[in-house]
Amino acid sequence: MSKKLLAAPYLIWMAGFIVIPLALIVYYGLTDRNGAFTVANVMSIAAPEHIKALRLSLGLSLASTVVCLLLAYPLAMILRNRGIGRGSFIVFIFILPMWMNFLLRTMAWQTLLEKNGVINGLLSFLHLPGQNLINTSGAIILGMVYNFLPFMVLPVYNVLCKIDDDTINAARDLGANGLQTFLRVWLPLSVPGIISGITMVFVPALTTFVISNLLGGSKILLIGNVIEQEFTRGSNWHLGSGLSLVLMIFILISMAVIAKYDKNGEGSAF
Amino acid sequence: MNRFLRFLRRTWQDFYLVLITIFLYAPIATMMVLSFNTSKSRTQWGGFTLRWYSEMFASRNIMAALHNTLLIALLSAAIATVIGVAACVAINSMGAAPKAIVMGITNIPMLNADIVTGISLMLAFIAFGISLGFKTILIAHITFNIPYVILSVMPKLKQTSRSTYEAAMDLGAGPVYAFFKVVFPDILPGVLSGFLLAFTMSLDDFIITHFTKGAGINTLSTLIYSEVRRGIRPSMYALSTVIFVAVLILLIITNFVPKKRTNKV
Amino acid sequence: MKKRFFAGGLTIMVMAAVLVGCGGGAADPVGEGEKENKSAEAGGSDELYVYNWGEYIDEDVITQFEEETGIRVIYDPFETNEEMYPIIEAGAVTYDAVCPSDYMIQKMIENDLLAEINFDNISNKDQIDPAYMEMSKAFDPENKFSVPYCWGTVGILYNTKRLEELGVEPPAKWADLWDERLSGEILMQDSVRDAFMVALKKDGFSMNSEDEGELRQAKDALISQKPLVQAYVIDQVRDKMIGGEAAVGVIYSGEMLYIQEEVASLGLDYTLEYVLPEEGTNLWLDCWVIPKNAKNKENAEKWIDFLCRPEIAKANFEYITYPTPNRGAFELLDEDLQNNKSVFPDIDSLVNCEVFRYLGDEVDSVYNDLWKEVKSN
Repeated sequence: MSKKLLAAPYLIWMAGFIVIPLALIVYYGLTDRNGAFTVANVMSIAAPEHIKALRLSLGLSLASTVVCLLLAYPLAMILRNRGIGRGSFIVFIFILPMWMNFLLRTMAWQTLLEKNGVINGLLSFLHLPGQNLINTSGAIILGMVYNFLPFMVLPVYNVLCKIDDDTINAARDLGANGLQTFLRVWLPLSVPGIISGITMVFVPALTTFVISNLLGGSKILLIGNVIEQEFTRGSNWHLGSGLSLVLMIFILISMAVIAKYDKNGEGSAF
Repeated sequence: MNRFLRFLRRTWQDFYLVLITIFLYAPIATMMVLSFNTSKSRTQWGGFTLRWYSEMFASRNIMAALHNTLLIALLSAAIATVIGVAACVAINSMGAAPKAIVMGITNIPMLNADIVTGISLMLAFIAFGISLGFKTILIAHITFNIPYVILSVMPKLKQTSRSTYEAAMDLGAGPVYAFFKVVFPDILPGVLSGFLLAFTMSLDDFIITHFTKGAGINTLSTLIYSEVRRGIRPSMYALSTVIFVAVLILLIITNFVPKKRTNKV
Repeated sequence: MKKRFFAGGLTIMVMAAVLVGCGGGAADPVGEGEKENKSAEAGGSDELYVYNWGEYIDEDVITQFEEETGIRVIYDPFETNEEMYPIIEAGAVTYDAVCPSDYMIQKMIENDLLAEINFDNISNKDQIDPAYMEMSKAFDPENKFSVPYCWGTVGILYNTKRLEELGVEPPAKWADLWDERLSGEILMQDSVRDAFMVALKKDGFSMNSEDEGELRQAKDALISQKPLVQAYVIDQVRDKMIGGEAAVGVIYSGEMLYIQEEVASLGLDYTLEYVLPEEGTNLWLDCWVIPKNAKNKENAEKWIDFLCRPEIAKANFEYITYPTPNRGAFELLDEDLQNNKSVFPDIDSLVNCEVFRYLGDEVDSVYNDLWKEVKSN
């Protein structure tokens, strides 16, 4: 009996700081300023400026997810095939940058990309024309890839490490060529890691407002920026909550995808 | 021929590894170099200086933010560990249905977008009439930290055998004594990793802190955010260099000195 | 979601363990911070929560105030009026002294967020030039709620050398910010009223326009300008212009002195000039106010009184270089400065200039929606 009492602090905490806050978002999202019920806040996602922001967010986060996957898979493959152990220094080389503060990492790119930044400095040193790099969609994708790449590398690497060499050798012995082995053995077996990586890159990329603010010069409005500004620039908390509810739908979808493809959580844990 | 192909492949792979390494470290290296540059310009080398470092260590704001960051990380991790471990023990003895519900709610803060978690907490603090400040950041951090503790402790707790605990009770130990003598040593690795996980998550958080912080208080993340929006000062480069070197040293120590510990898990 | 994969990463955690050890040591030299947090929790009358624009005070002035009065100042900066308002309105953080602009003060008064200042406690109030008290009647009709702090205009800052390279003559009017040759070289203000002011004034409308047609026209103008804009920024304009990042930028007048000094001290090979556009511009006045929910109202009055003291106002002026409405401080300045028209323009010479007015919640949200349309385009 007394054992169950031990859960009391946690249950109270959860009720107070997880359930009630979420209920408040739902409440704010479904009411107007006078407290009357409305779905206008949620439906406002269809307004042209919100749809544009959402489409842009989806586009940029998809693009960065694809780039992350294309960069991470070969990397994970090489690391695994070289038999580099999980605790090894080389693997940590690739996740060490993640340990820098997220904002410092983004700031670094600002320094590199600005008009008088390091990259343009190098270009002009080589007598090449300067490039307009900062405040573009490309800069935002770059920032997302740089910040979230380790989230793709690790799960893919982990799942690849679990594939037995014997399986690969068996495929080879049975006459499969390199491409066939990859498509029929490597790829299917690494799906849980890939899915896990995709969602771990996609969700933070979809909801970010920091990267677009710092690397987009406030010219590029993502759905995360819209929500953040509804709250911090004070126009309308109800609208902000309504849009957050829409965002949560996308998160629920990715959770469902994970649950489907990565039942045992293989792709996630070390 | 075959050997040549293998050589080619290996070279290509090395090239790829180097390329990714450059991509990952070029920005960091640039900041390190700039942190020693006398000139504020990013393209001209004006000479070597430690001025930005002394400026950084002299800055009341940066030092206070560093202090807040560490204090919040420590406190929130410690409190989350206590609440989380207690909850684990209780959840472990629950029936299947309540267990599923509790674990479901536990997963929410981990899977939700940070921006939604942050906003929901802010709305709740305002609704409860709690004025935003140090304590609201702390509460927010404890909230998103508890799930990590539970996630780390739960598997270990499942592995412990009930019979040793009951044997201890049969031998006359009280439940608390029996827990700390018999069960706790078994789950200690999980508790420890939960604490450290919570600590690191708290250190790195920006978005949730951004929405729940109040007057006159900054963590490193929120400080950097407002500084960067105003224009990057070289003392920020100094700060990132210090943080990077600290992390690097820790990495080397933990990976190369206590070999025995890291290999187990 | 990213957190999922951390689970079980023991090596990382061991690393963090060492960090904890280090952290304990690193925290000690800054014990002061802890005191700060604790007393902030406790509350009390020896504290003052100040909310001001970024880079809008000489930090030594704060220290001096603390030493003189024994009141501890908790100081926070904000970037825009729009960002400040919800914080005060929600009341989750209570500030004692805030420094918003004209139209925002009007909004706060109309929404009953401000407390009347007890002018018996502001003995230095006579130092404020009556002309500015008159000016502030536009938003605070009885001069009950606000004490002027700084004023100025909004204009265009340009980089002479960069413009020469581009073959563009120096801008003279807002419409020049729509010059295609300046593509990627323009820094615009990232706040709704300032951005619309530029577009409205360009077409000869009032910047307090409530006319839907005019506002739509302004919105379309801003959208058509967007491809030319390098970034929408606020406080960054100054540093970006000094760093030579852009050719032209919309900026508050007061930054000029600082910019010119900085350009000189960095030994840059270009100069930055400021111009007031012919179509007229925004004449603004930032004032200190005390929110209704302030917990330390008397301390706030001490603070305002302190800032009105001529020597203090002068020290502040020298740091932030925005024109001060403080007569006493003005008289303490060198004659050169007093006559420097780019620092202290004659108010009377500012033709077509207007002061922002608060237009009511409905018009406000029209502005906000149109601005969002611009940003999302």
